[in-house]
Amino acid sequence: MKAFFLALLKSRAGLFGFLLVSVFVLAAALAPYLGLPVPTRSNLLARMVAPTWTGLFSPGAHPFGTDELGRDILSRIVHGSRITLAIAAAAVILGGIVGTLLGIVAGYYRGMVDRVLMRIVDIQLALPLMLLALLVVAALGPSTRNLVIVLALTSWLRYARIIRGQVLALREREFILSAHAIGAGTWRIMLKHLLPNVMTPALVIATLELARIIIMDAALSFLGLGVQPPNPSWGRMLADGRVYISTAWWIVTFPGIAILLTVLSVNLLGDWLRDHFDPKLRTMR
Amino acid sequence: MAPLLEVRNLTVAFDTPAGTVHAVNDVSYSLEEGETLGIVGESGSGKSVHALSMVGLIATPPGRIVSGEVLFNGRDLLALSQRELFEVRGKEIGFVFQDPMTSLNPVLTIERQIAEPLRRHFGMSASQARTRVVELLELVGIPDAARRARQYPHEFSGGMRQRVMIAIGISCNPKLLIADEATTALDVTVQAQILDLVRDLKKKIGTTVIWITHDMGVVAGLADTVQVMYGGRIMERGPVRAVFHDPRNAYTWGLLKSLPHGGRRGVTRLYQIPGNPPDLTKEPIGDPFAPRNPFATERCRIETPPLGEVEGSVAGHKAAAWYDLRAELAATQVQP
Repeated sequence: MKAFFLALLKSRAGLFGFLLVSVFVLAAALAPYLGLPVPTRSNLLARMVAPTWTGLFSPGAHPFGTDELGRDILSRIVHGSRITLAIAAAAVILGGIVGTLLGIVAGYYRGMVDRVLMRIVDIQLALPLMLLALLVVAALGPSTRNLVIVLALTSWLRYARIIRGQVLALREREFILSAHAIGAGTWRIMLKHLLPNVMTPALVIATLELARIIIMDAALSFLGLGVQPPNPSWGRMLADGRVYISTAWWIVTFPGIAILLTVLSVNLLGDWLRDHFDPKLRTMR
Repeated sequence: MAPLLEVRNLTVAFDTPAGTVHAVNDVSYSLEEGETLGIVGESGSGKSVHALSMVGLIATPPGRIVSGEVLFNGRDLLALSQRELFEVRGKEIGFVFQDPMTSLNPVLTIERQIAEPLRRHFGMSASQARTRVVELLELVGIPDAARRARQYPHEFSGGMRQRVMIAIGISCNPKLLIADEATTALDVTVQAQILDLVRDLKKKIGTTVIWITHDMGVVAGLADTVQVMYGGRIMERGPVRAVFHDPRNAYTWGLLKSLPHGGRRGVTRLYQIPGNPPDLTKEPIGDPFAPRNPFATERCRIETPPLGEVEGSVAGHKAAAWYDLRAELAATQVQP
């Protein structure tokens, strides 16, 4: 653990990503205790108030302004991050586990298993993602759990495709033969020998997927299939504020920046993690 | 005493789009406990495939064990289920493979890889396994073992990695260690060190060894018995000294003649066996070496010679030939 942080201190990009992710996670975790206005309370007397930085700590100050219903944007971003980050993280983890395991299974067994799995991937890739998501949400009904399922469903195939290709190459390597030769069974080979070898690509896909999923979540919320109002979510805030962009720029700008920074910090941290856990790069440092 | 390993009429084929490849044809031999057997042959002679097929390490399909028995300690390995074979592999039969650069998993520490068979077969805890790993690393001559155990394969040189592979191979004290081209990928000085190590280990732990190689020199320095394979068949077999000094099969003779002799007879061109390796997709009829053999007779092309005791040599020296190589050589006055 100590070595982990020491290594982190040496990488500026990694440290920046780590600190930013920590800030977001802490803000999300501590949102109710930060003394922010209630995110869902509207105040029609204070509609679309521009950001004001004077008297920052006085009640009624709106550092990021208010939206068309007079709700405080800072508070909505912080509270929205709880839902957005939780959904995105859950979807990335779910999609990543399912996709990676299916990719390993397809690449290791090849033959019929591989063909069936990869045709499912092909069929799903041929369907527009948004249509699929709409269908599933329409069938299951909008809820946080279903949203996670839908997002994971759009995500698993990216892992499966790439991991399968890696495993196809890895299974022919001699160390897999030597694993067989020491008496390792199929599951041991898949989980103990192949899985650690595909963690690096899986982690890279995960960081890219997290960014894509946050935006997809925003798109689904925009279409009214994501988080239901009046609960705040970044995607919904973008969707609602879009109409007022010429008169009240802050309504869309701040949630947009929040999405941007989250995606950026996760990518930076992910890049660093990938390098850190690659044994070849570790000793060169 | 019954031999440790007895291979009877082992025949292995691969079904490929180009036809059936007859990789191993009717191979029979036995191996006593404590013996070191060197199996020599060129690529495609069936030497590796026969060893891998004994413990179910060839992919089926395309591979197919057509017939035969492999009696190991009195049990027929070919009749065992996959689950039973898992118990044999690594525990009773250890393997060392050719390329130490690719035979180790690049993302796992050395310790985890050596500990794996120990934990798998003996159910050792992580700390028990760690003690044994350090012991094993010291046994195969890796200095600073406790620290090195925590490193990754890329931090080891080729020779050191092959030592690690050997440590994995002998970790469970197997009765039989099969080394498949274990020194081929190493340079000559490192190769010599590894061979020294294996000789040393044999003295210490007394494992029976099958050493598969294409290098006659390696066999000469290591093995008790040598077995020459060609086209999936055993061409000649016997005590190293007898086979090297008195070869009775033209292929063995060709192999020995194509070894460099350190300039003993001045600058001479090395002998080259004429022709190309056999097409294994053809039905294996006759002596597989016949098309390349200057001494071949008509009979060699149509009838497969049996592997029989040779006359006028030591016991256990067997060769498969219809012709009398000794007489032919005397007639042409060519010496090996």
